[in-house]
Amino acid sequence: MNLKSIYQEVILDHNRKPRNYGTLDNANHHAVGHNPLCGDRIDLALHMEGELIDRIAFHGESCAICKASASMMTANVKGKSRTEAETLIKEFREMVIGNLDLSRPHHLGRLAVFAGVRDLPTRVKCAILPWHTLQAALNSVASISTETADDPIQAATSNG
Amino acid sequence: MKIVDALLDMNILATSELAARYRADFPILNLKVSDKPLVYLDNAASSQMPQAVIDRLVRYQTSQHANIHRAVHYLSEVATQEYETARRTLQHFINAREDREIIFTSGTTDAINLVMHGYGRKFIKSGDEIILTNLEHHSNIVPWQMLAEEKGAIIRVVPINDAGELLVDEYEKLFNPRTRFVAITHVSNALGTINPIKNMIAFAHKHGVPVLIDGAQAAAHIKIDVQELDCDFYAFSGHKLCGPTGIGLLYGKAKLLEAMQPFKGGGDMIASVTFEKTTYNTIPYKFEAGTPPIAAAIGFGAAIDYLSGIGLDAIAAYEHELLNYATEQIAAIPGVHIIGNTPTKVAVLSFTIDGIHPHDVGTLLNQEGIAVRTGHHCAQPIMQRFKIPATSRASFSFYNTKAEIDTLIAAIHSVQKVFS
Repeated sequence: MNLKSIYQEVILDHNRKPRNYGTLDNANHHAVGHNPLCGDRIDLALHMEGELIDRIAFHGESCAICKASASMMTANVKGKSRTEAETLIKEFREMVIGNLDLSRPHHLGRLAVFAGVRDLPTRVKCAILPWHTLQAALNSVASISTETADDPIQAATSNG
Repeated sequence: MKIVDALLDMNILATSELAARYRADFPILNLKVSDKPLVYLDNAASSQMPQAVIDRLVRYQTSQHANIHRAVHYLSEVATQEYETARRTLQHFINAREDREIIFTSGTTDAINLVMHGYGRKFIKSGDEIILTNLEHHSNIVPWQMLAEEKGAIIRVVPINDAGELLVDEYEKLFNPRTRFVAITHVSNALGTINPIKNMIAFAHKHGVPVLIDGAQAAAHIKIDVQELDCDFYAFSGHKLCGPTGIGLLYGKAKLLEAMQPFKGGGDMIASVTFEKTTYNTIPYKFEAGTPPIAAAIGFGAAIDYLSGIGLDAIAAYEHELLNYATEQIAAIPGVHIIGNTPTKVAVLSFTIDGIHPHDVGTLLNQEGIAVRTGHHCAQPIMQRFKIPATSRASFSFYNTKAEIDTLIAAIHSVQKVFS
């Protein structure tokens, strides 16, 4: 497989051994993200200490891009404040739809490995689903779907 | 008859010569994708167009175009004649009794919606029952659900077994005095299963119930004879038979079409209009309101001429050979599972790979230049039946080769390697 592939070792590794995978006791924020087009489903639980995300876990069924995105997201936002997490959500979203100039300062670090998704319009929703689920959990919205009008990402993909 | 046709008829040339002979007719197959030769295995979604059909569209647009059924001038007459010739080409293709039984629609979905509005809304009442099957595409489910909701009618569903075959005994048990309509797919788009529609139609007719056949996945692969099937309606789309998008047909028995109400109102579907009363045109025009996609209809006719030139039986035999070849090889790969294992199927292979989501499979195959469909194939009830979110689907056409199947098999191995 070629070097331009989104399936870089770091993504494959997080898919194989997802971090923070499982359920959380005493979660006080929880949301389920669903992409009905491909069946991706991410169940995300947070324990927040005030404005701080001190514990986070996810589980669900999804493709490798979605699972790796969820795994790396949880590793990145754990121990961060709500504001810091929301900055990451915004930057990640801008990156995968091709609106973020990665040569300028940003906070994404290794998450930049997902930048290649912008060339795969049908896969943008896979990468972004965990992040929208996180936003929903932070806002105490119980579930989101990539296929409803209020979803902030309506990428140029559709299906029957 | 060309010598090669004669040899084919005598089975002297192997049917595997088919792709070698006709592949060059399809300019798009020379494309490179991801720097690799395109391997187009998404024919169940849409087939590619041969040069003959492309040329026909160009000829129409450069020398024959005007609106039809309208003016007395030269171009209008030519365009009308060519459009009606295409209708007769389709009539003969499916052996309909009369050309007025062929209605041009924008595709299979449009045709099914036409029957839902034209027949269903007029004749189906509260408490009536409509029989569908577990193998239907969403386009043969949703219109009937809309009707059922509007009328208070009830949808009954024929179940399938683990091989992806309809349980015909269960189908027969669903009939009761309230059964008013049956809508069945001829071939499952997700699994490739060919349904025993002739017997199912005969059974429905014993109960006086009309039957619509969704032929979207069948017409490119199986010789259709609507009189022999005795179906009441048969629908399919041009773009799955090497024709343009935006055109399809509805066959309907004349007496049913005549009894139906129009679907869309507008020009060409009327006999006379006053503000007090409109009298509708005769069939097929009653159902062809507005200016139709004339070029697409003529292109559809040209595509049928092209396919008929090869012969549906030769196409079916060769595609079956491809299917057997691919099935044998895919089934032999550890961790790969074929969904839909009936021996009675068209050249569609739906499969899953252990531990790898179909969308990852599709993206990785695309990097090798291979086009397959991944997802639920607009047939979510089938996915629910097999308790899977999605499959990868390779669907073959007569222009595909065994070498392309070898490329697919090698690519599946490398997908597994990436995820190992």
